[in-house]
Amino acid sequence: MEYAEGRNIPALELKGISKSFGTIRANYNVDLELMNGEILALLGENGSGKTTLMNMVAGIYYPDEGQIYVDGEEVVIRSPKDAYKYKIGMIHQHFKLVDLFSAAENIVLGVNDGNKYSIKEVNDRVRQIADKYGFNIDPKEKIHEMSVSQKQTVEILKVLYRGADILILDEPTAVLTPQETAKLFAVLRKMKEDGKSIIIITHKLHEVLAISDRVAVLRKGEHVATVVTAESTENSLTEMMVGKKITLNIDRSEPHDVVERLVVKGLSGHNEEGLKILDGVSFTAYGGEILGIAGIAGSGQRELLEAIAGIYSPEEGEIMYRDPKDGSEVNLRKKTPLQIRELGVRLSFVPEDRLGMGLVGNMDITDNVMLRSYRSGRLMLLNRNDPKRLAEDIVKDLEVATPSLSTPVRKLSGGNVQKVLVGREIASAPSLLMAAYPVRGLDINSSYAIYNLLNEQKERGVAVIFVGEDLDVLLALCDRILVINSGRVTGIVDGRTAKKEDVGFLMTKSDGENVSEGYGTAGGLGSFGPEGGNA
Amino acid sequence: MANVRHGTVKEPFIHITKNAAMPFWKGLLIRASAVIAAFILCSLLAYFLIGANPGEFLKTFFEGNFGSNAASAKLRIWKLAKDTAILLCIALAITPAFRMRFWNIGAEGQVLISALASVAVVYYNAGRLEDGPLLVLMFIASIAAGMIWAVIPAIFKALWNANETLFTLMMNYVATFFVAYCLVKWTPNGSSVLGELKTGHLPSFGHDYLVLILVVLVTTAFMFVYLYYSKHGYEISVVGESQRTACYIGINVKKVIIRTMALSGALCGLTGFLLVAALDHSVTTTSVGGRGFTAIIVSWLAKFNPLIMIGTALLLVFLNHGAGQLATVFRVSFAFPDVVTGIVIFFVIGCEFFIRYKVHFRRKTRTAQVADNGSGGGGGALDSPGDNEKPDIVPDKGGKLK
Repeated sequence: MEYAEGRNIPALELKGISKSFGTIRANYNVDLELMNGEILALLGENGSGKTTLMNMVAGIYYPDEGQIYVDGEEVVIRSPKDAYKYKIGMIHQHFKLVDLFSAAENIVLGVNDGNKYSIKEVNDRVRQIADKYGFNIDPKEKIHEMSVSQKQTVEILKVLYRGADILILDEPTAVLTPQETAKLFAVLRKMKEDGKSIIIITHKLHEVLAISDRVAVLRKGEHVATVVTAESTENSLTEMMVGKKITLNIDRSEPHDVVERLVVKGLSGHNEEGLKILDGVSFTAYGGEILGIAGIAGSGQRELLEAIAGIYSPEEGEIMYRDPKDGSEVNLRKKTPLQIRELGVRLSFVPEDRLGMGLVGNMDITDNVMLRSYRSGRLMLLNRNDPKRLAEDIVKDLEVATPSLSTPVRKLSGGNVQKVLVGREIASAPSLLMAAYPVRGLDINSSYAIYNLLNEQKERGVAVIFVGEDLDVLLALCDRILVINSGRVTGIVDGRTAKKEDVGFLMTKSDGENVSEGYGTAGGLGSFGPEGGNA
Repeated sequence: MANVRHGTVKEPFIHITKNAAMPFWKGLLIRASAVIAAFILCSLLAYFLIGANPGEFLKTFFEGNFGSNAASAKLRIWKLAKDTAILLCIALAITPAFRMRFWNIGAEGQVLISALASVAVVYYNAGRLEDGPLLVLMFIASIAAGMIWAVIPAIFKALWNANETLFTLMMNYVATFFVAYCLVKWTPNGSSVLGELKTGHLPSFGHDYLVLILVVLVTTAFMFVYLYYSKHGYEISVVGESQRTACYIGINVKKVIIRTMALSGALCGLTGFLLVAALDHSVTTTSVGGRGFTAIIVSWLAKFNPLIMIGTALLLVFLNHGAGQLATVFRVSFAFPDVVTGIVIFFVIGCEFFIRYKVHFRRKTRTAQVADNGSGGGGGALDSPGDNEKPDIVPDKGGKLK
């Protein structure tokens, strides 16, 4: 009927797609259209079913109900192989690459086109595709030698190599620096010009506005609306996404009665691969303020926090902790987490890897809350009463959505997992609170809940160290921002006056070349130039 | 309408989704029906292979466990309880290590070496000490031997991350050959058969097996509390789930690994002591008889829960006794009883799939359903459950063979 005119047939159309996992409804009756040669942003809070929906298109899951049409024809997609048959390719958030293989080997892996396998031809074809869209990549380079953005490039090339016309990118910018993001977007635009249809999943509103033609919004597994990007604003999209208007401002109080809490001097150390990961790091953290740490992923943020927490032992330097009660000082370097606790240092740490380090996925909320306190009491037996009470409080105060206290935490959504972890760490009344990427992967409401908790701790005189990736958040939340770059502190700026460009420049200045390796040599990104640094 | 039909035709015949948590009784029902289905299949197999009619087959199987008359019933049931207790005791021993994801497959050797230790105490005592102090010495020697045998691989694992599975497996062979060596040494006639030791017997209250069974029951209760309600048990779980979390929270992972394996070894030591002092009063290279490995199945089937292990140990011993009787009564080789045991275990493990996942069959449109109902009354085995919620596939497998 309305599809009579050939050019109006959508490249991809979903009709009434539903999918449940047990009792959890991930998608319900979703309709979606992707037109030829457009970039469609798929926007939604965490757990709104974006990735599940796209996994059904990519053949990872099979829908419980509904139909999928490609170019107007109904199709059945049972496996990623089927998806490729219909020229659909998905770039997943977590890369699926063989580390010891080269880029080209990874790209050709699993391709069975009937031709004789020749790595030389593959290399040539990969190079051709890369040149066409402006990727800068060496097909012969091994994956383990690559940066995160290069790995992402390989994933994209893998999909293009298989001839995909419909590309789905699941939060591609989550692992990229602003510069890398800009380059990725340039590549996406080129692909669009070439007639590819692209779906990009993201949380970040400014990116939606920058790259997409239309935005499809999902809320609680249902399709709310698809709107034209040019007619939308951050506010209108947020409203659609969360269902009610929320303020995007973080309250930041003026620090008062600040006291030195942690003085780090000349901290240096190598990582397991023998690379120098911390290089003479020195700074002071004060009670009553939030110190932000900004840097490209893998610049030593993790090792710095783990060194303070006693998990990683740097070779040089000192970590002096000053007790808020009597002012006595103690060096935490080369102490184990247990020794640190026994010294009476009230240190809490929300690690980056929530389920792999901060919590035990298969244990329930009570048992996870107990991790910090299970040693209390002289008996050999555990006392689960107090942790249970604490778990109840955390669930109530932080509005953790969970069927019960005995639900394994791995079954909770990302935001709720994080609330349990942060709740536990705050419950031990810390004097120093460290949080690494505490809002990564969280929706807006959960993120704000976390910001508020950090601010509360600050007002109580806790020294808060916040490692973040979103510069807007760092600049809105932190009193001071330490910028770390390849293990070195390249600057400590005032969170109230610093400009985004300043921080971006400090993040990248010493090895700017390294950063741009991922995507061509397109130098169109002037905003982080050296001039910014002088401001 | 046309659209809908179009869609349903393309739906794959079967697809599988994850099941939400299932009520306890439902899981039990599925497991019970798996066992029943397995026995139906086995009796059919018995009919075709050895010509036993299904009734006779089942009767023999039960007689193997519960005897055919009152006198043999008492004997058989005591034997069932005794064998269950020994198997359970070994399973209890390996469970703490398994909960820590330390794959100790060396229970066989750990039990054997501690049995040897008890025998050595009796042998070198040569009747000098009374049974009381002798038993204490035997007990200490067995526990120490089991601990040493278990802690060696644990130390290598904790300090140098040596593969515990290979290490504990190799320790089994060392134990076996050490026993063989000692037997040669202790039997001057070169027979390597030690015979029954005259001293170092545990007293029997009412029945020879009673002490053994009571000790194992107490140990079961102790291990349940230890694993679920003690700080040590909690640490074991944390280390097993994630060593990084354990580090982060300040648990000394090396210490926990060694301590847990010491406990594991001590319990193997207890089993070895019981084998010598309460049952065999001797030792051979096959004293443990593969039960160190069977115990792994017991522990795993019970998902490392000591209380459920009572049931799984009983099931395995039940199968073993029944199958043994089959071999005797029908004069078939021991291969057939092994086939029966294998089929039952396969069904028990396989039914976990239907507890974890739900199988969906192609949904029919209303028009298609009418057509199907006409032609497909007795259709394929997989057809019948249709839209039924219950993944009731196990009995169908039996039916398929008809």
